[in-house]
This record gives sequence, structure tokens and C-alpha cells, in this order.
Amino acid sequence: MVRSHVLICGGTGCTSSHSPEIREAMERELIANGLADEVKVVQTGCFGLCALGPIMIVYPEGTFYSKVEVSDIPEIVSEHLVKGRIVKRLVYNETLKDDSVISLSETGFYKKQKRVALRNCGVINPEVIDEYIGTRGYEALGKVLTEMKPQDVINTLLESGLRGRGGGGFPTGRKWQFAADQVADQKYVVCNADEGDPGAFMDRSILEGDPHALLEAMTIAGYAIGATEGYIYVRAEYPIAVDRLKIAIEQSREYGLLGDNILGTGFKFDINLRLGAGAFVCGEETALLTSIEGKRGEPRPRPPFPAVKGLFGKPTIINNVETYANIPQIILNGADWFASMGTEKSKGTKVFALGGKIQNTGLVEIPMGTTLREVVEEIGGGVPNGKKFKAAQTGGPSGGCIPASLIDTPIDYDNLLAIGSMMGSGGLIVMDEDNCMVDIAKFFLEFTVDESCGKCTPCRVGTVRLLELLNKITDGKGEMEDLDRLEELCNYIKSASLCGLGQTAPNPVLSTLRYFRDEYIAHIKDKKCPAGVCKKLVSFEIIADKCKGCTACARKCPVGAISGSVKNPHVIDTSKCVKCGVCMDTCKFNAIIKK
Amino acid sequence: MKTLADLAAIRDKMKGKVAIREGSSDTRIVVGMATCGIAAGARPVLNAFVEAVNDAAMTDSVMVTQTGCIGICRLEPVVEVYVGNEPKVTYVKMTPEKAKEVFAKHIKGGAVVTEYTVGSAE
Repeated sequence: MVRSHVLICGGTGCTSSHSPEIREAMERELIANGLADEVKVVQTGCFGLCALGPIMIVYPEGTFYSKVEVSDIPEIVSEHLVKGRIVKRLVYNETLKDDSVISLSETGFYKKQKRVALRNCGVINPEVIDEYIGTRGYEALGKVLTEMKPQDVINTLLESGLRGRGGGGFPTGRKWQFAADQVADQKYVVCNADEGDPGAFMDRSILEGDPHALLEAMTIAGYAIGATEGYIYVRAEYPIAVDRLKIAIEQSREYGLLGDNILGTGFKFDINLRLGAGAFVCGEETALLTSIEGKRGEPRPRPPFPAVKGLFGKPTIINNVETYANIPQIILNGADWFASMGTEKSKGTKVFALGGKIQNTGLVEIPMGTTLREVVEEIGGGVPNGKKFKAAQTGGPSGGCIPASLIDTPIDYDNLLAIGSMMGSGGLIVMDEDNCMVDIAKFFLEFTVDESCGKCTPCRVGTVRLLELLNKITDGKGEMEDLDRLEELCNYIKSASLCGLGQTAPNPVLSTLRYFRDEYIAHIKDKKCPAGVCKKLVSFEIIADKCKGCTACARKCPVGAISGSVKNPHVIDTSKCVKCGVCMDTCKFNAIIKK
Repeated sequence: MKTLADLAAIRDKMKGKVAIREGSSDTRIVVGMATCGIAAGARPVLNAFVEAVNDAAMTDSVMVTQTGCIGICRLEPVVEVYVGNEPKVTYVKMTPEKAKEVFAKHIKGGAVVTEYTVGSAE
């Protein structure tokens, strides 16, 4: 009889830090100790605290072990699983209070989180359909097919206030209503799993940790709008997610939860998988649909909207993974339950991928309306190394930044738009005083320049011209007029581009110009990069009084730019210097400064 | 093909298994599993409790867990039972048979089996 479950994270983050080997070692060790029948090892999806992986949780105690290595396994088995003595040195230190172990849900990272879309991630084994069913999986589908009319389903979504989690924030119920109102011989349900923002992995975690939730929601969508076929468009760069989706689809077909006669009700629905080749533009809905049709992934003008004329010219709804993951919960718990979370116009929760200069890198799900300060300081554990918080970037290459002065802004769709950023799909990158905001704008623009599909001129040419202006500024050749040129060009690109990619590409520039104009001016007028990032504007210098002539820096310099004799002050030849900073790191006397 | 009834059956079967991961039980049965406890036969006692809880389909409300040495090694196997906010009850010199009895009378019935508690052993 099983008395204990050992959950080992099988998400992408922990897999790359060798969690599969840890699972094998655990299974071996359990057999060696005669515990194979008493302790069950479960591979799960992402727990969220990716920075501390590989992660292992032992139930019923709920002990949270972090940074586990294969060599730790014998100790965990012989101490914890045999004798019930928790291996404290491996316990996540936030869960250790006064030498006793507290529950994970009481730690700073989890306390303010509310897991709806991620509810099963890190709890169930995503490759076993029975575990999903055991946490009320497919109960919502059963309820929809036997107790609700298609219009009831749409009404429930409308009442819940659910809005699209992929970026735009369009009310999901209205989208479904448009498609349901169309008369056609075939309609389609599509899932956009082409997550492409740099640093964002919310959808990947749901696909890896709870794939059946997506299948269930898409089937519900098929019933609501009158479609019998669905497509999931997922990036080929997510191999674990693709595997688990395949397994999940196979299992659902076997159980008759996909197919011709679902749950014996006569309702028919099936799901196909399509792999994207990693073009960012294919996350744009019309480009994605074109790609599914087997053509080059390029957007087309809207209207007609996909709800009227979408995949293969038929009415189509297209929603993001996280949006779908909320739907079975809304059906089960009711629209009022969902609407009770969040703010007036943004209901429910939102998943964010926390990254950048933050202690707890990982995945968090918070009720809408949580302030940025709570996310950064409490859940994220603050900025590491005692540095100061400067800004947070949301919405990836389409979004903007939130400066420190607005850190108390409650996060929801409308607040973020009002301050010049956007919700986006949920990337949240934290920046500290060492980040140069002009450089950040450049980083995102380089990304959009690469990813612009080239179909329309404002985006194809405009973004390149924007990047040239930014390069001019970070090279120290900028003029004050360039700021006006930047703004003018940004507005042209925004208003004239064909799709969302181009329409939002200037946002990182506009929002840094709005909140960090002084940094742009410092680059242009003073020819200085205040954060010391832009190489052309930085120079290294040796303070003669402090230099002992130890020669350490001269020996480390990769380009031989430092000269001087032993016990005499050295000098840097700035014409040779490549500004790598190795000399500064090497000097034991703090004699080298960056200007 | 599964019907709604099949689905409900799978759910009921799996619920107990997944509930162990929720850790929100109001009743905790803690078995001392240090060297002294194991030597005195704590493993079969632990397993007896696990089985009893499963048989009674009470896995979502009762947690069976281990702990280290409680300190009264001569009275091992020692089992501590926490029900809600009531003071803990410590059972000593436990056997699988006594475990089944404690489960039936105390956990399910709410009546402490006084004769096995540490108080009467002293």
C-alpha cells in the first residue's frame, strides 16, 4: 500500500538540470530499500520555482527539496523515507522556520499566488490520464455535454469575464459568440501554443504539466460553437510539451473523450497537432492559421476576423493555452467564482514568467490586481545582490516597461495599457540599476527586426530604421533631433503595420522614451551610458595612485591593451581596449574604474 | 469508450491517491520511525494505518506520516494522533492489530483507546 508520494519535476527547466536521472536513482534506491510498494515516484509538470531546480516534493509531509542531486538520493531515502527524518540541508530554505519545516504554501513565493490555470502543474503526472480525472478532470466536459446547451456555455464564459490570456485581452465569451452565430458546414477550434516572447514559458508549463486541461477545454469549445475539429499549433522547440500532448491525445481517444461519440452523448470532436517552425509572427492569429493551412506563415488584414472567416475559410475560434486552461474550472466552479477574483474589468488570475534581475526566477500565478511590488518583492524575493529595482518589462517585444515610480500599480489589462505597457502573454522581466534602458529597447527591437515577416513595408523597413537610430544613440553619435525622429517613426509603424507584430514593435522604444528620456539624453548630450552598458560610451581607466604595478591586469587583458613595468602604475591604451571589463574584475586594489 | 459513470468511477478511485498531495488533512497519524521505532516494529504499524485509511476511503481527511525519535524508545513503536485542535494522543507499544483498533475507535469513532496510551503504560 502506498503511503508516500515523491513528486519530481519533469518540466523543461528541471529536465535540463537532470531530473530524469534523479527519478531513475530514486526508483533504484527505493527498490534497494524494499520501499517500492510503499513509496510512489511521480513525474510532474513545472512547480514554478525553476531557479531552484531540480525540485522534489515528498508527500504526505509536503517537504520541498530544492537543487537535488543524484548523490543526495540515498540520504533522502534512508533518512526521510525510511526513518521520517527530513533532510534539512536540502529543504528549500524559505520553508525552514525556527528549525521546523513549514508548508510550501506559506512561503513568500507561493503565499500570494492563486493557482487556477496552473492548478495541476506540479501536482499530477501529466502522462497519466487517470490522475487528471482524479482531480475532477473531464467532469466539466461531462457537465457541458449532458446538462448545458451550447449557448449556456457561452453565457457562462460571458458572465465570468474571462479575457484572452495571449496578449490582446479580448473577452473570450464574445469571441465564441461570434463564431457560434455563424452558419457554416464546418467550424474549427484552434489553440495558439506558439509562445514566442523572449523569456516567456507560461504556456509551455501548462502543456507539459496539464495537457488534458487543454484538450478538455477545446472539446468544450467545439460543443459551444458547433465545431468537430480542433488544431493545436505548438512550437517544435517544445519537445517535451509536444510529446506529452501526443500522449494525452492518444489517451483521450482511447477513453472516448475525443472521437465520434464522446461519453456516449453522440457529440463528435477530435484534435490535430501542428508543429510550428519557430517563427515569431506565427503567434499572430491570421499568420498562425495560414501556417496550419500549409502556407508561408504571413498575416492577412482583418476583417474578416477568424470568427467569420478563419482556418480554411471557415468560422474559427483561436485562443491561447492559458485561456483554455481556465475554462474547465469556470464550468465546474461557476462564473461567479471566477468573477470573484481579480479587478472590475480583469477577472481571474494571470500567469507570469518571472525573469531577469530577480531572486526567484520562475512561474507565478496571481490574482489580477496584485501590485507589481508584491510580485517583485514578496513573490519574487526582490532584486539580488542588494541592487535597486529600476523597472519591469511586461508584454515582451510588444510591451513596455513599468518604472520604479509605478511599482504600486495593480496589474491588470487596463492599468498596464494606461501606463504604456501591456499584459501580453505574461513575460515579466525585472531590471535593476545595471540595465541601460536604451539598450533594453535595442534588445527588443533587434528581436522584432529579425522576426518581422517582411510582408508589409512599415514593419519590414520601419523597424530596421528604428534600430539604426537607436544604434546611433548608443554609439554616441546621436543628436537631440533623433528623439523626435524616433517618436515620429514609432507612430507611423504603429498605425500603418498590417498585424500585431508591427503595430506593437515600437512599444519598447516609446515606453523607455516616456519614462527614461533622461537616459537617452545622457547618451546623446553627455555621450555617457549611466548604467555603463553601452560599450562605445564606456571607458576604463587605471588610477595611478592606487595601482601597485602587480601586472595582473596586463596579463589577463585579451588584446594586450595594458602596458607598464612591474611596481609602476599601468596604463590602458583606449584605442586597443575592447571594454570587456576583465581588468576591473582582476584588480585586487580597486585601481581600475569604469567611466 | 468511457461513459460518465466510468469517469466517476475512475475519479473516485484516483481521488484518494491524489489527495495525499494536498496535505490539508485535519487528522494526522504520526508514527515514530527512528532506528528504535523501526527495530521495535514501526514499519508494519505504519503500513497498517495506511491500509486502514485507504480501506475507509479517508485519504483526503487523514494523513499518515512518519517522524523521528520521540524520545521514549523503551515504549516504541510510538504513534501520535492529532485530530483537529484537540490535544494530541500518544499511543505506545503499538502493533498492526492495535493500529486497526485505534483507527476504528479513535479516528473513525472519536473515542480515545485509553488502554494503549502513554498515560496508562506509565
